[in-house]
Amino acid sequence: MQRRSFVLASTLGLSGALLAPGARAQAGKVTVVTSFSKDVTDPFKAAFEKAMPGVTLDVQNRNTNAGVKYLEETRGNNQVDVFWASAPDAFEVLKSKGLLQRYTPKATGIAPRVGSMPTNDPDGQYFGFAASGYGIMWNERYARANRLPAPKEWGDLALPVFHDHVAIAAPSRSGTTHLTIETMLQGDGWDQGWRLLKAMAGNFRTITERSFGVPEAVNSGQVGVGIVIDFFAFSAQASGFPVKFVYPTVTTIVPANVGIVTRAPNTAGAQAFVEFLLSPAGQAVLLEPGIRRLPVNPEIYAQAPADYPNPFKDPSLGARVRFDVDVSEKRTAVVDTLFDQLITFQLDALKAATRAIQAAEAALEKKDNAAARSLVREARDLIAAMPVSEAEASGPAVAGAFGGQRAEGPRQAELEQAWAAFARERYARARDKAQEAARLAR
Amino acid sequence: MSATLSRPRAGRRAFTPGQAALAIAIALFLAAFLILPVATVMYVAFTEPGSGAFTLVNVWDAFRTELFVRSFLNSLYVSAATVLLASLFALPLAYITVRFHFRGALLIQTLGFLPLIMPPFAGAVAMQLLFGRNGTVNLLLGDWAGINIPFMEGLNGVVFVQAVHYFPFILVNLSAALRNIDSAMEEAAQNLGSSGFRLFRRIVFPLALPGYVAGASLVFVKVFDDLATPLLLNVKEMLAPQAYLRITSIGLADPMGYVISVVLIVVSVLAMWLSARAIRRGDYATVQRGGGGLARRRLGPGQAALAYGTVGLILALVLAPHLGLLLLSLATIWSFSPLPDGFTLAHYARVFSDSSAYIWNTVTYASLAALIDVVLGTAIAYLVLRTRLVGREWLDWTASAALAVPGVVLGIGYLRSFYGVTLPDGRPLASLWLVIVLALAIRRLPYALRACHAALQQISVSLEEAAENLGASKGRTVRRIVVPLMAGGILAGFISSFATAAVELSATLMLVQSNADAPLAYGLYVFMQSAAGRGPGAALGVIAVILVGACTFLSHLVIERSQRTRGRQA
Repeated sequence: MQRRSFVLASTLGLSGALLAPGARAQAGKVTVVTSFSKDVTDPFKAAFEKAMPGVTLDVQNRNTNAGVKYLEETRGNNQVDVFWASAPDAFEVLKSKGLLQRYTPKATGIAPRVGSMPTNDPDGQYFGFAASGYGIMWNERYARANRLPAPKEWGDLALPVFHDHVAIAAPSRSGTTHLTIETMLQGDGWDQGWRLLKAMAGNFRTITERSFGVPEAVNSGQVGVGIVIDFFAFSAQASGFPVKFVYPTVTTIVPANVGIVTRAPNTAGAQAFVEFLLSPAGQAVLLEPGIRRLPVNPEIYAQAPADYPNPFKDPSLGARVRFDVDVSEKRTAVVDTLFDQLITFQLDALKAATRAIQAAEAALEKKDNAAARSLVREARDLIAAMPVSEAEASGPAVAGAFGGQRAEGPRQAELEQAWAAFARERYARARDKAQEAARLAR
Repeated sequence: MSATLSRPRAGRRAFTPGQAALAIAIALFLAAFLILPVATVMYVAFTEPGSGAFTLVNVWDAFRTELFVRSFLNSLYVSAATVLLASLFALPLAYITVRFHFRGALLIQTLGFLPLIMPPFAGAVAMQLLFGRNGTVNLLLGDWAGINIPFMEGLNGVVFVQAVHYFPFILVNLSAALRNIDSAMEEAAQNLGSSGFRLFRRIVFPLALPGYVAGASLVFVKVFDDLATPLLLNVKEMLAPQAYLRITSIGLADPMGYVISVVLIVVSVLAMWLSARAIRRGDYATVQRGGGGLARRRLGPGQAALAYGTVGLILALVLAPHLGLLLLSLATIWSFSPLPDGFTLAHYARVFSDSSAYIWNTVTYASLAALIDVVLGTAIAYLVLRTRLVGREWLDWTASAALAVPGVVLGIGYLRSFYGVTLPDGRPLASLWLVIVLALAIRRLPYALRACHAALQQISVSLEEAAENLGASKGRTVRRIVVPLMAGGILAGFISSFATAAVELSATLMLVQSNADAPLAYGLYVFMQSAAGRGPGAALGVIAVILVGACTFLSHLVIERSQRTRGRQA
């Protein structure tokens, strides 16, 4: 038996002996945690290393949430210099946990605002280096085969012709989708915004759990239409996929950001990287076909292809909604959970009700009937009904349940169950009313 | 534990000091690398938000939430249905290839194993492009017949994909078990007048039962705990996806995700315990060894056509995703069409130019992890089946519980436990790649353990007693008798652990500290986040499949060789 334990011990010991000298933190290494794909990071890495001979950029890819968790868990012995990602709310989380350093970039020529948002964090802890807007992407082959018209506005996606053809990422999973939803809620108001969202959601084919799931499904033609951030569509077009993209009027242009991590092992290198991103050379990399993001230096657009969207020239782009970061931040978790409980986890019931309403309306087109019309209206109101008002959503009783803190009000699980039951009951009644209306119209 | 006549008899003494030391060493290992890291994360399930006081109210909330109850029932249904469908795939393949003189049996055993290696993300895209609503099959069906079959929709879609994905667990374990049955058993039955299906039902299958149950219970638990497939099909109303979605969302410091994880672990351990109980009622050990497994039959022409037809059909179905992956890796653009628009080798060129380190890392990590797994697996199986150490079953159950720990929980747990520990040069312990190996080993230990356990169950303890009567020490007996006789099962375990570790992502993603140390699955993840990375991602996926396939083929070759030698010696 001793031999047995010896075998075990020697296996472990052997693995220990095999330890490579490893990637010892060399001088001049800048470690970046990013959610950006290889297509984005590789050109930047190449350009940065060329501009700064002797410096290596070590890129660690993690999705935004995992990246934030990682920085949190490893803060005691931090080895990361730079955090580099799209979603501004992730940077807000890092900032609130004291994980970002203050810095004042020296680069010149950067616009102070892009769309209706300030480019940099007012507290100087993270910096916008590129801008992106949200919109609608669709697959042309799919659209032709299913005779889908080209969508222009969010409301178009609620039309019956798009039933079962639309994809979105869950806002609780995708920082960018969360901002899209929040933009709609701020642009149209709480009640009207949710009404529109649920009308669109009745046509959803799928709700993916990661941002890239949507463009992936549209690219491969599994879903016709997707609600995405612009560069997903632009880079797909650049790779040759048969897809199109449009910015609706209610959109917002949001900066993608970079920040220096607290107690970074190589602060000087981190600053050099930030400066590089903001320099004309770094900004020009954004125009590469595989990246296709909007530079925050307005002068760079002179080098861009003719049809490149330019938020500094095109006044319609992202100017209509004045995005209020404070409002958004107070209710982030509530909005995401409402979306999940009312839409994501009730999608079948919501679609059934929507389908019934669309059928009833089609019947009413042929033969009108006042009683049926009012039933359809009631059904639509039932779907649009919200379990919490705008004030409650950011109030202490509801928002408090989501903070991970002990709250006086109901627990998060109780709220979720109540909201789900609220939606389920109303979607069922809406379906019954719509079916009744269809009978009357027949 | 009901006492039955056939319970494996242990030695005269309850245990030797060496055995106790071994058990303690394993327990310490599991405590350090499984229980503690997981506990640092999971304890949240039983605390009150904010105050941190102990409470059970979260569990109560979970059972009152309609969504979780529905998810629980869905998960049970999917797991049970998958076991049935996977058995339908695995039984014919295992039986035909082991039982008959069958040209290409080795190749089929290897090919039948490939579905287990479904590279993350790339495999999902390939599946959708073939079987999705607008995949190849449905586009063609739509053109010819105007119909659309929802292969990949809803719970039954999950059952279909899971069965294709995980049936190799049953195939590998059942094949190993069938090979271990001595032909003398069968001949005895034949002499007594049994033949045909009755022979299979009464003799062959019951003797191979430990292997089947080992595979089936793995499939059940794995499907119950799996989140990749439900998420790929966008089915969220199952338990594992619910836990994952909650744990990985920012800002939700709520305990519910951890409560679900605890439920997952409890159900998994329960399933393993039940399968162990079901097996315990009988004795599956046979004394004679060296017959080289079941006698191989020759097939008549009609039978041969039927057998080849069946095997061909099953293989075509279960290998379709890999065909899709291959096409994707060679495609220029593939969108809403039965086949890609054009073909290119550029993706492979790109992968080879900047990702070869991934490949080497993967081989190193996965083989080290699998090695740790079979050593631990053999040791635990031996302790459980051959000694009377108090609490020895707990080693088995604890190790099996690893199956139910979500990878991301293990990843975070490792960061919490090992990031604070610094090495002499100031770097955190968690930044060593060895930590990735340990995480992989813990996550894949249940596979190797089940295989080793089943193999040992088939060996009669009288062989060891004979050796000891002839004066061999316990250690020598293990080395010269037990391990060689278990070789097939150990190899099956090695392959299962190695292959699945090679494409593991969720824990790895948390633990990778630098690109130079990253394995292939991580590279795949990085590629699959952009439109232009899809082809290279698929190419990397194909490389992973070929790599693991080649290793599997070699292992099968070794098994066949050793069996033939043994058969000749007898």
